[in-house]
Amino acid sequence: MEQAVVIAPDAKPRLPRGVRLTHNEAQGGWLLLAPERVFKADAVTAEILKRCTGEATLEAIVDDLVKAFAGAPRDRIHSDVVKLLGGLAEKRLLELS
Amino acid sequence: MATNGAGIPAPLGLLAELTHRCPLGCPYCSNPLALDNRSDELDTATWARVFKEAASLGVLQVHLSGGEPAARRDLPEIVKAARAAGLYSNLITSAVGLTPATLSVLADNGLDHVQISIQDSEAESADHIADYKGASVRKRALAVEVVKLGLPLTINMVVHRANIARVEQMVALALTLGASRVEIAHVQYYGWALKNRAALMPTREQVEEAVRVVERLRETHRGQIVIDAVVPDYYARFPKPCVGGWGRRSLNVTPAGKVLPCHAAEVIPGLEFWNVREHALADIWRSSPAFNAFRGDDWMQEPCKSCALKEKDFGGCRCQAFLLTGDARAADPVCYLSPHHALVAQLAAERTEAAYAYRR
Repeated sequence: MEQAVVIAPDAKPRLPRGVRLTHNEAQGGWLLLAPERVFKADAVTAEILKRCTGEATLEAIVDDLVKAFAGAPRDRIHSDVVKLLGGLAEKRLLELS
Repeated sequence: MATNGAGIPAPLGLLAELTHRCPLGCPYCSNPLALDNRSDELDTATWARVFKEAASLGVLQVHLSGGEPAARRDLPEIVKAARAAGLYSNLITSAVGLTPATLSVLADNGLDHVQISIQDSEAESADHIADYKGASVRKRALAVEVVKLGLPLTINMVVHRANIARVEQMVALALTLGASRVEIAHVQYYGWALKNRAALMPTREQVEEAVRVVERLRETHRGQIVIDAVVPDYYARFPKPCVGGWGRRSLNVTPAGKVLPCHAAEVIPGLEFWNVREHALADIWRSSPAFNAFRGDDWMQEPCKSCALKEKDFGGCRCQAFLLTGDARAADPVCYLSPHHALVAQLAAERTEAAYAYRR
């Protein structure tokens, strides 16, 4: 499917009110809670979402992840982040201020 | 799905029916025909305990519903207790009887999401369906307040014969009100809706057109609003995986404290429900006879027992199986493999233009 939401390099993504990242043992790990829905988040997704505070830009988030996941190529991380955040923005689960 | 040691999954959601009191009289109300009295309602402290027990059981989201939850004066304390327990709270409201001042307190107390029902895009029809003059204006006004407070808003539109032609206008209204999500929820026939079935049922052609409209609007409004649709199952060939499977994902606590696997479960005779006044929620989830009645597949008969889809749809809805065939262990007759499947089409063809039996 064509990516409907384009994220500018200086966009500052953040989880809007009503969307929360949480950790729950009984449910087996990280989860994104949103209106009437729950998404399982793997460890990498959780690391990306933790950085979506509305303060860091897309580029800064990618830079920080490159440091955290030493060895992973920047291009690859960049495309993973854009894909995840674009998908969430389309579902109205992410703001790009 | 995460499970505990006994192989029983951890529930994700708790529907808290805080009260059966409601100013509206919608003829498709999902509440039972026999409503709980105010004097039997659980108190604030008991709800707070239930929320804590739910969270430690794995529940992530609590849906504060009714009736009209704002009919309870302790709603702000209840929201606070949900937040304190670590639950994501969702207020399911008619918006009638909820003031902007109370709403603002709820937001301060940690409410995560608001869902407002709107009966139709045409105010006069909406007020007729709800049997409440002026409801439509009040709902729209409160929706604006929700968005102003920065809370995410879902508009819930229950679809039936009187409004099915206006799905497009209803989505447009949700957009105008600033909703990030809209539910196009075709009536499911239980409780008051079952009683009013012949007055509510749309034609197959109307349903097919409504489904096409939703698909087109989803494309048009991608990224603007999420459109979730609950399809009407009387015209389906496959049954719905009702509540994600009996006793697998959610529990429902009635105003008086009975814990049900789904809101309609009390229609099935012979089920033994336990009450939060007498049992801890975890014990009820794992051990109450009602929750274990239809877990797994031991209870199944043919055509379900040998069906390749039994893990997917769990044989459909137990309540519907009982209501339409008289046997809660039968396949949901919506399934084309059910020997009672022809009955569903026959029932869907029944029509009346008589007045609604409003929920009272």
